[in-house]
Amino acid sequence: MVWTKKDLLGLEYLTSEEIELILDTAESFKEVSTREIKKVPALRGKTAVNLFYEPSTRTRVSFEVAAKRLSADVINISTETSSVRKGETLIDTGKNIQALKADIIIMRHNYSGAANMLARALDISVVNAGDGWHEHPTQALLDMFTLKEKLGKIKGLNVAIVGDIAHSRVARSNIWGLTKLGANVTVCAPEILLPVGIELTGAKTSSNLDEVLKKSDAVNVLRMQFERDEGTAFPAQLDYFKKFGITEERLAKAKKDIVVMHPGPINRGIEMSSEVADGANSVILEQVTNGIAVRMAVLYLVSQAKEAKK
Amino acid sequence: MSPIRNKIEEMPSGCQRQPISNGASILIKGGRVIDPANKIDAVLDILIEGNKISKVAKNIISSDATVINAENKIVAPGIVDMHVHLREPGREDKETVASATAAAAKGGVTTVLAMPNTQPAMDCPESIALLQKIIKNDAKVNVLVCGAITKDRLGNQLNDIAALKQAGALAISDDGASVDNDSIMLQALKDAKGAGVLTICHCEDKKLTQKGVINLGFNSTRLGLRGISNESEYKRVARDIDLGQKSGSAVHIAHVSCQESIEIIAAAKQKEIKVTCETAPHYFALTEDDIIDYDTNMKINPPLRTKKDLAAIKDGLKNKIIDVIASDHAPHTENEKEIEFDRAEFGKIGLESGLSVSVMELIDKNILSWSELVEKLALNPARILGINKGTLGVDADADIIIIDAHREFVIEKKKILSKSHNSPFIGKTVKGLVEYTIFNGKIVYQVK
Repeated sequence: MVWTKKDLLGLEYLTSEEIELILDTAESFKEVSTREIKKVPALRGKTAVNLFYEPSTRTRVSFEVAAKRLSADVINISTETSSVRKGETLIDTGKNIQALKADIIIMRHNYSGAANMLARALDISVVNAGDGWHEHPTQALLDMFTLKEKLGKIKGLNVAIVGDIAHSRVARSNIWGLTKLGANVTVCAPEILLPVGIELTGAKTSSNLDEVLKKSDAVNVLRMQFERDEGTAFPAQLDYFKKFGITEERLAKAKKDIVVMHPGPINRGIEMSSEVADGANSVILEQVTNGIAVRMAVLYLVSQAKEAKK
Repeated sequence: MSPIRNKIEEMPSGCQRQPISNGASILIKGGRVIDPANKIDAVLDILIEGNKISKVAKNIISSDATVINAENKIVAPGIVDMHVHLREPGREDKETVASATAAAAKGGVTTVLAMPNTQPAMDCPESIALLQKIIKNDAKVNVLVCGAITKDRLGNQLNDIAALKQAGALAISDDGASVDNDSIMLQALKDAKGAGVLTICHCEDKKLTQKGVINLGFNSTRLGLRGISNESEYKRVARDIDLGQKSGSAVHIAHVSCQESIEIIAAAKQKEIKVTCETAPHYFALTEDDIIDYDTNMKINPPLRTKKDLAAIKDGLKNKIIDVIASDHAPHTENEKEIEFDRAEFGKIGLESGLSVSVMELIDKNILSWSELVEKLALNPARILGINKGTLGVDADADIIIIDAHREFVIEKKKILSKSHNSPFIGKTVKGLVEYTIFNGKIVYQVK
């Protein structure tokens, strides 16, 4: 299996073999972060640019750490202080970064499809660090990597994704990735937060969290994105916690070793209680650690593809 | 006009010369003449003298006419496209009367109805006079004007419809927006009836559309884009038909895209309510599944719908529920399209591709006969607008197109004559090439 794509835009566009390759590559990179000197020369002489149109700490820092552990030079562009403020178009910004002879653009954008558009316009690699409600492929990859590490496999697992499915790029990427690797995915949310036709992705839907948890090997709890869409009728926060919040009482009725994940940042007391977030089933901080290995794998593979093209 | 032409026209009347100002005679020989107004579908010759058709018969002989050999070609009345955004005045960077009518001629369109959402909007006689002046100087085909229903098309203040008619408007519409207020719309319909103009309804409830950008369904979920439901269209179709009936005025529903709208219109026609409607080629050639990789040229309002809706559109055309095919030609610059999908403008161009897409999707797939297609493209819109076009009868205006119906070709960006290039059909192979467009007795387009 050889990686051939210059970009990583979403898991919908990958085959199961390509996803496996990223996860296997990540496994070999994970060890690097445990060394005394946490660095390998895989991307020495390469330049990666973090281009973030939305505030992000976790993802941006994770990509920066990943690129630096591969010995790449990293430049962070915050759109707050760049010529984007002066009205430059996304494609112009991308072409300027390309003209600076950067090798990889890692982009977070508030509009769905922005990474697809940029990747089409440029010859250099584009890695999607989250676009609108569309995809957040490296988050799903690190979720899957963590699941595989904890439970030994993906195939055949029952995975619940709970919360604001409608506005979640994490949910979409997880559904594509998990179903491609043979997991059974159930999305669980109040009806208003289940987008039209979501079952056509291969996921089952449910609004009964207790029933879903009984059968689940893992639950991925999404953040309620109250800030995202003023036009949506969100359920009241307290009401949501009562019906869909992950609490210790709820987990007591689930499988004993259920793996609890969250992409962060957590709204404690809204989608998850503090006890659960910090409890024995939670792998939330391991997810963060694994994010580095997965992103190292992605940056390494897309830059390899570019080498192959030349 | 060239100085030489001027000279000729200034010659004294005793001179032995063909009357050039009205155009020389043209004889179109041996084509398959499609003229549904006269129930003709036969191999015939057509003689054009001046700007009128003077004879339609077998084996016409004329010694002085320019002869066009139309053997194995379709000869039809020029297309009457009743939904075109010319962008002039105000947005000449997108399109002008000159560029749009050049594109029209290439697409076999000899009459266009110009939508009123220009800057300024066509909401007063002065604005219409301004546009009429541009048309007089620059138009290569017949351009008719549609006035706006309300001031600045904002839906708040009703325009003086009789004055718009007086200034030359044949129809009224707030196209791009629907008049939300029921009582203003009802009064507009009454005034339109009184003034003798057609009311064209853009049916969209913005409370339901909100910030939607594509059809609400699996694709909006998959792409993470906000969806536009069918309700946002068909509820307004139902309202406008209802208000039309209350006012006694005819209503014409623009750009029908979904199954429910067609069902509502079909039921109204059954009750003999005065309603007509149009669809556009993209609604029977494309679906939401074609919005691959966020192609903003597929961002259209109303949006590309589902396969089920597309089938209903084709049935509606076949069953005569849908009267008209119009392009909804909506030019936008690359700056307005080569950006994030959510921020890109709605709309696509269509004057140059409408006929070919129709031939490919409707003639080749046996949905319509040639006579039925010509009805939808030329005869019906002419009748709905109340103009004497869309026919090849003797004494009719010589607006004629000659089509190579079997010719396949690829739509290429560099060959587009419109100032804007936002076509969802670029790179696609279509069928049916316009070889000649004759407008007002003169050849205004000839394929190279």
